[in-house]
Amino acid sequence: MVQRLDDLKETSSQTAGPYVHIGLTPNFAGISGVYAEDLGKRVIEDGVKGERIVVSGKVMDGTGTPLKDALIEIWQADADGLYNSPSETRGRADPKCSGWGRIPVDMADGSFSFETIKPGRVPHPTGKDQAPHITFWIVARGINIGLQTRMYFSDEEAANKEDPILSRIEHQNRVPTLIAEQDRAGYRFDIRIQGHKETIFFDI
Amino acid sequence: MAADDSRPESGAFFARDSTVHPPALTPSYKTSVARSPKHAKLSLGTTLSEMTGPVFGHDLLGDLDNDLILNFAAPGESAIGPRIVVHGRLLDERRRPVPGALIEVWQANAGGRYRHRKESYLAPLDPNFGGCGRVITDDEGHYCFRTIQPGPYPWPNGPNEWRPAHIHFSIFGHGFAQRLITQMYFEGDPLIPRCPIVRTIPDEAAIRRLIAPLDMNHTIPMDARAYKFDIVLRGRRSTLFENRLEGN
Ligand SMILES: [Fe+3]
Repeated sequence: MVQRLDDLKETSSQTAGPYVHIGLTPNFAGISGVYAEDLGKRVIEDGVKGERIVVSGKVMDGTGTPLKDALIEIWQADADGLYNSPSETRGRADPKCSGWGRIPVDMADGSFSFETIKPGRVPHPTGKDQAPHITFWIVARGINIGLQTRMYFSDEEAANKEDPILSRIEHQNRVPTLIAEQDRAGYRFDIRIQGHKETIFFDI
Repeated sequence: MAADDSRPESGAFFARDSTVHPPALTPSYKTSVARSPKHAKLSLGTTLSEMTGPVFGHDLLGDLDNDLILNFAAPGESAIGPRIVVHGRLLDERRRPVPGALIEVWQANAGGRYRHRKESYLAPLDPNFGGCGRVITDDEGHYCFRTIQPGPYPWPNGPNEWRPAHIHFSIFGHGFAQRLITQMYFEGDPLIPRCPIVRTIPDEAAIRRLIAPLDMNHTIPMDARAYKFDIVLRGRRSTLFENRLEGN
């Protein structure tokens, strides 16, 4: 026998269920008066540095039906590629860019939309720069453990091409599932949990 | 361990141990069938985008945020149901306390009814119970909130399916990679082993870690019983230097 490793095991995930909004966005769920405001309503404040953008889309299940009970959280760097986090050791991020948003999808049609700025490039552990991207985390009834993915930008072709993560993906025909296309309203990013054009999800 | 403990940890997270988590597809929990990716997840290795995360200050909290008995109640009123205190410690896999973490909880009322427009269970709403609360862990990772014990409730997964009494927990640690949602169950509930959502977890020992024991030592005499629920988030390497080894 050898000594025992004394690491603990991570607590198991359980689905967020159909009523995740009661806990995470109670005002959105119609429970007012407990918290002044839902957390993560704004990713940026006035005076933020960088190009303001709007990202919108839907989250679809394997039948192509939009989820009407999903909740999304996003996390991104500021315009200079710095994260507004105590674990950010490279400098201080723009205080007007929290970088974090919590977005419940619309209960009627499943659409989501948020305003932010286009993030700067963040270095990869290899030293190469990553292409600008926004990290997404999606929970809902029927999702047993939160799904992590990334959104990249269609107008960053050169940066996307040399991105150390995008370029390493074996099935290059699936890369477009991570790239938001520009339309009149801003960037469109649909997430398909299953089926044709299933979004790439990451084990991070 | 880092030489300078005042510096926040910034190293890469340990890979997630998938054996303690439910797989995406669990057909006995029917909703997962169309909501589970078919492709394998792509292993990314953590980058700065996952090692970092937002922080929530204690100034965020109102006086009653961690008191679900009072935080939605009319003045002088309180929620109906068995009064309990839920407390515990938030640690990471290396047994280090996780201070400053945001824990948000939500639950049904004592009759098993949620305050939600899509909820259709015939049990009545409690006009003095909202069902949400939040707390930030202290310097040693402790948290505590007061609530009423939620009731079990039926759900349409099968013809006669009942969820064991549970409290939903959302935990926000220090890195986005640690993001976790789970559910806490109560010691002695006979519905636990019958529940398809509980049984999405393949590991019996991992299921047991979601069941909070009655904790008489923390019971408030003549007021509230206590349940203890410790939570573990992913651990991380202690220094940025150690990240580099992964990239090269
Ligand atoms: Fe529930």
